Amino acid sequence: MRVGLFVTCLVDQLFPRVGARTLQLLRLVGLEVVVDPRGVCCGQPAFNTGFTAEARRVARGLLDCWDDCDAVVAPSGSCVAMIRHHLLELFEDDPALKDTARSLAERTWELSDFLVNRLGITDVGARFSHVVTYHDSCHTLRELRIEKEPRLLLQEVRDLELVEMNDGNACCGFGGTFAVKFPDISSAIGNEKVRSIKATGAQFVVGGDVSCLMHIGGLLQRAALPIRPLHLAEVLTESS
Amino acid sequence: MIRIRPQTARYLYDRHLQEVLRTTMATAQQARDEAVAEVENWEELRNYARQVKLHTLAHLGDYLEALADRISSRGGRVFWAETAEDACNYVVETARRHSARTVVKSKTMLGEEIGINTALQKAGVEPVETDLGEFIVQLCQEPPFHIITPAFHKTRQDVARIFTQHLGQPLGEDPEELTAAARKALREKFLQADLGITGVNLAVADSGHLVVVENEGNARLSLSAPPVHIALMGIEKVIPRLQDLPVFLKLLTRSATGQRITSYVNLIGGPRCPEEVDGPEEFHLVLVDNGRSRILADERKRETLACIRCGACLNVCPVYGRIGGHAYRTVYQGPVGAVLMPQLLGPEQVPEHPFASTLCEACRDICPVKIDIPRLLLELRRELPRRYRRGDALAMRVWAWTFENAGRYAGISAWGRRLLRLFYRDGRLALPLPVLGRWQSTRDLPRLPNKTFYEEFSNQSADGGGNGQ
Repeated sequence: MRVGLFVTCLVDQLFPRVGARTLQLLRLVGLEVVVDPRGVCCGQPAFNTGFTAEARRVARGLLDCWDDCDAVVAPSGSCVAMIRHHLLELFEDDPALKDTARSLAERTWELSDFLVNRLGITDVGARFSHVVTYHDSCHTLRELRIEKEPRLLLQEVRDLELVEMNDGNACCGFGGTFAVKFPDISSAIGNEKVRSIKATGAQFVVGGDVSCLMHIGGLLQRAALPIRPLHLAEVLTESS
Repeated sequence: MIRIRPQTARYLYDRHLQEVLRTTMATAQQARDEAVAEVENWEELRNYARQVKLHTLAHLGDYLEALADRISSRGGRVFWAETAEDACNYVVETARRHSARTVVKSKTMLGEEIGINTALQKAGVEPVETDLGEFIVQLCQEPPFHIITPAFHKTRQDVARIFTQHLGQPLGEDPEELTAAARKALREKFLQADLGITGVNLAVADSGHLVVVENEGNARLSLSAPPVHIALMGIEKVIPRLQDLPVFLKLLTRSATGQRITSYVNLIGGPRCPEEVDGPEEFHLVLVDNGRSRILADERKRETLACIRCGACLNVCPVYGRIGGHAYRTVYQGPVGAVLMPQLLGPEQVPEHPFASTLCEACRDICPVKIDIPRLLLELRRELPRRYRRGDALAMRVWAWTFENAGRYAGISAWGRRLLRLFYRDGRLALPLPVLGRWQSTRDLPRLPNKTFYEEFSNQSADGGGNGQ
């Protein structure tokens, strides 16, 4: 199977390791992976701030990247939700691009969803000897309805202990541009999440979106707590 | 213009309030979740109620007329108020005609919306809130903190202090003792009152009834003890058929307070009939528009009016949960307030409201009539006139120009990162940049890697690492 890897802008800029590990993981399960630097961003920052035209200009870049791929995979539920649920809305009135947008929306998968539900894989042979907790990102949980998939994958990781946190379905407060429009509210919400994470006794907080992890990680670091954020793809490619 | 940002710190750094919010929000959510879990066909009921509401809104005029006709035929008087001012004037006029000096009120958010208390006070009439929570916030001269539980933010210790100060006797923290003190104070007011004002939770067109749900019996007293009763009702509250009332009651009380049913469910059809022993001699229904027709006319945002004011979205909202109700500075708060207020007042009056949300979508999942609040928030963000978001507009233009072209993006990224690195140490940037500065005001920045993913990838490919193509 030939799949496109949409690394997303945040991974490209700040978490290249997550992109590299996702690529490694997809190759590990035997896929031919297409990386296309033209695939920069899904346009969500502008879309969610109410700038549709700007979102369209940026999302346009994705449309030609993975024409010949059976699926497109991204290590971010939020970007996938944007593509699956809102991309078509952006290009609805454009007869030339409407079908391409629909096709991309239909073929795009969040990483854990893709592994578990499309490929039927839960054990990728990883080993990670640590206690972890899992953070559900809102768009992954409430737009894509993905909840059990990352857990199925983590449960198969050797020596890993998964401890669920309280109020796991509560938002971490990141919220895209909300994080910088209302930084104090955003962080106050995040610190509630940090409380829940801390209470699990986990050494790592694992998630499927680097945006939430960047926010939670920034709060953990500011509070000098010894808990580190990790993307699911990073855990699934660990062997020690 | 009403803004949220200037006063957030006051609430966020109030330790007492934060602790109260933490406990009360969790309790409210748990009560709702348990009550909902008992209903096997909850999803079906939500879908059904949503359809009923959308149908009603599409034929709102017909149903309101049917309701008004039936109320009139029983001797009730119906007044159509286009604005808040019209509604207040009518109430004040009615009070004057009866030389009313004291008005007892049961909880009505519409009353808050139109400013009825201020209007009555100006006319020399004393409005007395009789709902315990409303009574508490009225004593403190505060607006309601929450649309269902106005004194959501007060602990019993707070209440003991407030009552001791205002009711003229020292009181302990025992809830029963406190309630008894309030009851005694209010009982006198009920007996004195010349007029009673209540809100309306639901109205039924085919039978011509107004429904008021409550737990304290104060609404029943307000609407039956004084000789005159005025019911204030937003025009969106009507449902077509009495046979659907149980569905709406079930959705409302379970979502609002986690109750299977409230202690009192009052159905009002008009003034006292000749054969009845209780009830007011005169009954007025004030149907308030106050901007609702404008919302109704906008098909994309019409579903805002499907709201049954259960407050469940407030209880589940991470933003409301940290800043509380008063930070919004508007009558309706939380997710529903964020979509309702810009439409009632005009977007330029509350430019920050639609943005005070993480778009976590918990509100959409909990709403008993499935209002797509996140979608409405996005619509409202788009519609905010540009002059209120010039900063965003500029930032987004620069962002789009950078990100729309992969070559340009890679070039700007390479130079930008080189520049940032000069000022970047251990999660902090010593450069007063707008976005990053706000980020690091409360949390550290992530490590800035030496290369972007694509830079590293193209290196690898050049080295023969292969990209699988």
